[in-house]
Amino acid sequence: MTMAAEANFVADPFTPEGDTVIDCKVDKIFYGDFLAVRDSVVPIEKNKITAFIGPSGCGKSTVLRSLNRMNDLINVFRFEGSVMYHGQDIYAKKVDPVVVRRYIGMVFQQPNPFSMSIFDNVAFGLRLNKYKGDLEEKVQKALERAALWNEVKDKLKNSGLSLSGGQQQRLCIARAIATEPDVLLMDEPCSALDPIATRQVEELMLDLRSRFSVALVTHNMQQATRVGDTTAFFSVDISKGGRTGYLVEMGPTAQVFDDPQQQLTKDYVAGEFS
Amino acid sequence: MSNIDLVASSDMEFTRPNLERQLLEGRAIKNNVLTILTWGTAILASVPLLSVMYMLLVRGGTRLFGADFAEVLTALPPAGFEMGGGIGPAIVGTLLMVAIASAISVPFGILAAIYLAMLEPKGKLATTARFLAKVLTGFPSILAGVFVYAVLVISFGYSALAGGVALAVLMLPTVVLAAEEAIKQVPQRMKDAAYGIGCTRTQVIWKVVLPTGLPGILTGVMLAIAGAAGESAPLLFTALFSNYFISELMEPTASLSILIYNFSGMPFENQIELAWTASLVLVLIVLVFNILARLFGQPKV
Repeated sequence: MTMAAEANFVADPFTPEGDTVIDCKVDKIFYGDFLAVRDSVVPIEKNKITAFIGPSGCGKSTVLRSLNRMNDLINVFRFEGSVMYHGQDIYAKKVDPVVVRRYIGMVFQQPNPFSMSIFDNVAFGLRLNKYKGDLEEKVQKALERAALWNEVKDKLKNSGLSLSGGQQQRLCIARAIATEPDVLLMDEPCSALDPIATRQVEELMLDLRSRFSVALVTHNMQQATRVGDTTAFFSVDISKGGRTGYLVEMGPTAQVFDDPQQQLTKDYVAGEFS
Repeated sequence: MSNIDLVASSDMEFTRPNLERQLLEGRAIKNNVLTILTWGTAILASVPLLSVMYMLLVRGGTRLFGADFAEVLTALPPAGFEMGGGIGPAIVGTLLMVAIASAISVPFGILAAIYLAMLEPKGKLATTARFLAKVLTGFPSILAGVFVYAVLVISFGYSALAGGVALAVLMLPTVVLAAEEAIKQVPQRMKDAAYGIGCTRTQVIWKVVLPTGLPGILTGVMLAIAGAAGESAPLLFTALFSNYFISELMEPTASLSILIYNFSGMPFENQIELAWTASLVLVLIVLVFNILARLFGQPKV
């Protein structure tokens, strides 16, 4: 393999202008013997939305779930590299992944409310952390921020599962922000939602930006352009027989979509990627 | 009718198809015969259950729903030619031993199920334990009695406690397997949500998995209790029988199943009637437990 081709497989590191809240440097991520992701430097900026795009199997969800150690729940998972969060590597031996997840919350692809009341769903994390203040006020605030309060204020005792899909996803966002995490990881939060609910969740993300830093995985490139401040494009390297994901290019969203530096990115955003 | 020709030659006479039901056609006959057969077997299968319930209500109901029902439910069993009397000690004994058995097998069973379903589902210990639990479900119940006889009764004598332990041995595998199944049914995304919000594994289990799986777990516990309440063989070796109310756990006690066995073989009309009553009471106790489990097992929201 020539040097030029080799260089094409490692993106130039992106240095954001503003503050970085999570500085993720992936060397290698393994599932057992399978090399899932390699050589990706993905800084998550403070109070911005960082969108991860790329074809299926490119490792964008894997990288996202590495940011709060959700992948630790998979036995064969192995992470090489560092994820610096406020000066600490969250993969350091003495770090408790449970505590990491309290600061770096997560919203999943499928809405996953607990089978308890709407109120209890939002209060869950607060009770977990033995919140001493006014629980009801806090729950109301979280639901208001999630743009759900007006729809559910009269039925807080109903099951969280009784809501529609879009409402359930906003409930999950309310649950995630109730504990006031620092960073929100969203793994394709709109892929199970209809366009109207998608728009509501997107507006919510833009609104949340003032308080939280967001990392967002999306299959929908329009969504990345609508809400992403920064976009990271991942792709799959099948040259060595496996299917290894890696970061191709990262930069301000406008640049990635209008003036991409890499041919692969150009093809993908133009829809010519196979 | 459409005027468009679909075939080239339109001079063919179109015969009107017969769309009516042909009852005597081969497949129609087969169809009807099979339908009737399934109906028939379904009814046949319910005959034993309905006739048992009918017999219980008619024979046992005369005393239980009669004027002296309070005496039947609370009094001591009658001696030989004595009239009246009741099955009080047996009811207390059965309830007590089922309570002891539940107190032992439910916590053990649920904790074991958590291990099997969540902590180490594919480990060697889990595979072995699961296999043994499955074998134990088909374990002859009299052997549970013999086992407890050897372990407890020989040293400490016949007692309600030994009876409860014997029933616990029988309940344990049912509780473990049902609870494991119920815990496995809790969707992974709910567990993910709990982890994602910063729960430890213990908190995920206590606050999400067990509450969500509760209806299934309670159903398993109920099945186990219903089975244990009707057991007689293991109690023959452990709790024995007594004609008086139990005053401490370490003494023998009566139970409904042994009372039914003893009294149904007696040549006295009164005792045989009481055996029927005891059978009905046993069925009703299991029924009440079932209804309670359904009430408490329902999700609160």
